[in-house]
Amino acid sequence: MKNLAFRLLFVLLVIQTCAFSQSKGMVYIEGSRYIPLYGRDSTVVEVKDFEIDVYPVTNGEYEKFVLEHPKWQKSKILKLFSDKSYLANWKSDIELKDSENPNSPVTYISWYAAKAYCECQDKRLPTIDEWEYVAMADETTKDARVKPEFNKQILSWYEAPHSNENTIGLHPKNVWGVYDLHGLVWEWTLDFNSVLITGESRKDVDKDSNLFCGSAALNATDLMNYAAFMRYAIRGSLKAKYSMKNLGFRCVKPIKK
Amino acid sequence: MKPLKYILILFATGLLFQNCHSDKKKNTEMAQVYKCPMTCEDDKTYSAPGNCNICKMDLVAIDETPKTQVNDDNISEESIFNLTSNWHTEENKTIQLKELKGKTLVMVMIYTSCKAACPRLVADMRNIEAQLPDDKIKDLQFVLISIDPTTDTPERLKSFAIENMMDGEQWMFLQGTESGVREFANVLSVKYKEISPIDFSHSNIISVFNPAGELIHQQEGLGVDNKETIASILKTVE
Repeated sequence: MKNLAFRLLFVLLVIQTCAFSQSKGMVYIEGSRYIPLYGRDSTVVEVKDFEIDVYPVTNGEYEKFVLEHPKWQKSKILKLFSDKSYLANWKSDIELKDSENPNSPVTYISWYAAKAYCECQDKRLPTIDEWEYVAMADETTKDARVKPEFNKQILSWYEAPHSNENTIGLHPKNVWGVYDLHGLVWEWTLDFNSVLITGESRKDVDKDSNLFCGSAALNATDLMNYAAFMRYAIRGSLKAKYSMKNLGFRCVKPIKK
Repeated sequence: MKPLKYILILFATGLLFQNCHSDKKKNTEMAQVYKCPMTCEDDKTYSAPGNCNICKMDLVAIDETPKTQVNDDNISEESIFNLTSNWHTEENKTIQLKELKGKTLVMVMIYTSCKAACPRLVADMRNIEAQLPDDKIKDLQFVLISIDPTTDTPERLKSFAIENMMDGEQWMFLQGTESGVREFANVLSVKYKEISPIDFSHSNIISVFNPAGELIHQQEGLGVDNKETIASILKTVE
């Protein structure tokens, strides 16, 4: 009798995990100090240990999320948190258009929605420094930024049209075991609004001391890293309620010690 | 059979707890309201059918429920009162933004250890306050939100307020959580970045919200002409 009870407990626990942990798993990232394109005044930043989703969040996973949390459905989301193109490729509140692939990264997502999705799973969005730290790895090295072919590869991905419609996990994983940081979609970061280069078209100058207090302290460290420049420029031009065809996200979990 | 029952109960409660945010039920029962078809009195509404006081036309029933008003508190979808993060005031009171409902809000993000632009931003705020008529001040709330919640504790904000002679009722200083501050900065389109443990780089933007919490005006830059900002504030308290 007791045995049966334990078996049932086990089965239920499994069901419970499956029902709620929607990411297909995370990998452990060992933190370290490194120099991102835009650092702090000392240029070196420190990234603590964390776990990151192996894949970007997919359309299918987001469908499950809005079923459980109706306030993030297309017709119910507050205007404060979204623009008109939120989930523009969905045919209803709970269904993708038939032409869309459930295993493609979810896009047309605002920062608020992405943030809520991660928080509902006891995770959060990665910071820019965390994201860039994992994304500078190629298949064999943790910091592949010195390899010219690595940058070239990323740039050629950026040029490919409709890459957001592709299925996750088809490109090789990087040395951490993470897929699709480059090649499918751009990804939201928690502190995207910390990029103070003004791609935001208010004034197209870099260090506008009238708009930004202390902005002179911010300088790019590697003028050859075009791919990273593009990412920072995009972040600098975004607003949190924007939804875009080629902008998705994934989540991270800090390691509690 | 007993353990089975307990396990099932445990499982069910587990499910309950994991449902992270319970979504508020929409309050759809709204009283029918009537309005003049010529909008003689702008957006004035009546609770009973009748004639317009000015043009004497029959009032028409209007449907208030759809697009904007969605929840029980009657705030619109674009209102900042939808945000649920908690803040500490300089008086060490815990509040949510919706408690500020009913006053026109003039908001700016600063940090108290800032030596560069913030003193000028604070001066801009005082300048705006000084130009508004005294009898309107009670309808206004000037809110300074810290982008450095670790350093700017309520005590520190309080002494900053006293130092800068901004300790009156109309001034309020807020300390949030890191994620609450990040979210609110996004609502204001303010960008900021910690560049060292004591220094931040940030946008210089003063934002005006009407008493319903909707953004109506933003002033960007330092020491700019604040005529428009003042005009937009006055419009909300007329």
